[in-house]
Amino acid sequence: MEQILANGLYLGAQYALIALGLTLIFSLMNVLNFAHGQMYVLGGFVTYTFVAQFGLPFIVGLLASAVVLAVVGALIEKFLFRPVIRKSKREESTMLLAAGIAFFLDAVILLVFGEKQRGVPKIVNGVFNWDFRLIMPYDRILIGVLAIAAIVGFILYMQYSRTGRAMRALAQDRVAAQLMGVDVDRYSMIGFALGAMLAGVVGGLLVTITGINLGMGGPTSIKAFMMIMIGGAGVISGAIAGGFILGMMESIGLSVLAVYGDITYLVIFATLMIFLAFRPQGLMGKPWG
Amino acid sequence: MNTQKLLGVAGFLFAVFVLVPWGIAASGRWDFYYTLTSVALLSIGAAGVWLTFYIGRINIGQGAYALMGGYVSAVLIMKAGISFWATLPLAGLFCAVISVLIGLPILRLRGVYFAMVTLVLTEVTRLTALALSVTNGAKGITSIPLPGELSLFGLTIVPDFATMQNPKLAFYLLAATLMVLSYAALWRIVNSRLGHLCRSLQQNEELASSIGVNTAYLRVLAYAISSFFGGIAGAVFVAISQSIYPSSFVVTDSVNFMLYCFLGGLGYVFGPMLGTLLLYFGWDLLSIAKQYQLLIYSSAMIALMLAVPNGVLSLLDRKGGRK
Repeated sequence: MEQILANGLYLGAQYALIALGLTLIFSLMNVLNFAHGQMYVLGGFVTYTFVAQFGLPFIVGLLASAVVLAVVGALIEKFLFRPVIRKSKREESTMLLAAGIAFFLDAVILLVFGEKQRGVPKIVNGVFNWDFRLIMPYDRILIGVLAIAAIVGFILYMQYSRTGRAMRALAQDRVAAQLMGVDVDRYSMIGFALGAMLAGVVGGLLVTITGINLGMGGPTSIKAFMMIMIGGAGVISGAIAGGFILGMMESIGLSVLAVYGDITYLVIFATLMIFLAFRPQGLMGKPWG
Repeated sequence: MNTQKLLGVAGFLFAVFVLVPWGIAASGRWDFYYTLTSVALLSIGAAGVWLTFYIGRINIGQGAYALMGGYVSAVLIMKAGISFWATLPLAGLFCAVISVLIGLPILRLRGVYFAMVTLVLTEVTRLTALALSVTNGAKGITSIPLPGELSLFGLTIVPDFATMQNPKLAFYLLAATLMVLSYAALWRIVNSRLGHLCRSLQQNEELASSIGVNTAYLRVLAYAISSFFGGIAGAVFVAISQSIYPSSFVVTDSVNFMLYCFLGGLGYVFGPMLGTLLLYFGWDLLSIAKQYQLLIYSSAMIALMLAVPNGVLSLLDRKGGRK
């Protein structure tokens, strides 16, 4: 039991970090970022390049993937999303753009990094063992702690910094924020960059454990969508809750339902459908997002 | 105006049923038949997605119904020995019934919530196909016979596909006919009372219901019609490939159906058809670019989006405005 809970917490911390980026972008710009999974993969590959190819320490690789993804996110917002949002009649048009960007990033990753599974050497050796009731490799613990630290850092940033306050105002009411003198364009760009950066950080963290390959992008996006549906789209607390809930469900499902075969995700999906029928806006979302 | 429209329709039918087979026979590119058949079938599915857009819902779950329709047709042919022609409407109806059951709760959702839940639905369908025994799990159903003879009162309408010299052409004509029928139906729906009501849903659901429009009934109806199209498209696909696997239609296909609609233009009945042709045929032509295929394809998609964010057919709008 302790093992399942610990696995769930560890998974949940990763998931929450992915969902945070997605929900941030959604709340600021009303854009469902289909390319989020690809950004995560890109982050993993950047860390891999810095750590395994150039032989730099892991923390440098992690920072590099954060910076690269932040720049990529800012450029995507400025040159792609902004003009399309301005010109299109229906805001759903951004979905096509997001899907196009997902394909584009897939193509770039394929050309630059290839299709092989990549990983970096373990950053910490050894296994934590508590009386055989709870066994966890140290590097997983470290990654989990780093992920939780990133979440806490993100919340503090959003809560207490000037930029964070501006972004929260933007998420609440775009027009009102603009009337109060918030530079909407600038903070949209920062927000998108921040969201992409979070995806990159998770990619950088997870490349040490599970490795990374091209095919991980799409499924990661779907999982992230599920998390923000559980928690409620566009709400930061919801994304965190959704991430931890999904992580827990996956961890419990994989051990409890293993006897029935590979049906964990089927059960999770079905539960989600029923849950959404009763509470369409998720746990903490505003009605109709 | 009316003769112009009639001429347009006649020209379109002529192009689809005469020019294309003639052009392919002349150029000898027989592989185009498969591509164009796929375009025709995918555009049927996209027509359904477009109809859900028409009531203001983003549907990324058409792949689920295509997969369901395919499995219904395959199982009925293989296990019950029913003719392909009978399974075609049955597949559509099965999907429509399922979509009513699923639609009743999830159509209460709006915006991205509905979009995400339908996306999840595609994944659920794939996992269900993997888990059930009637669908034969990951191995799928293979070596499904080609469609047999279709006859009415002893009169042969369509000969047995297995005896045909050129089943590729026959499949193309079948898919094209179905496509024409679907779009005729779609056009009729949009230009009827039902279509006007759907438009009122798209604009403002609360307002529509406040003046007595039965919104719950309408959106389920539109979703059921949409899924019917998806099921039919899936069933024909199975007949062509003679096999079906849980991975025959996945999330990417669902997303593609939505993209076809977007690219063609959401405000135009024939938008999804054009979008499917451009995207699918373009993708096929780009295969000469080998490893740069996806890069060029996605760049072109992004560029198109920047140039015409309201769909390719919105170019017509601007011309009309200038006059």
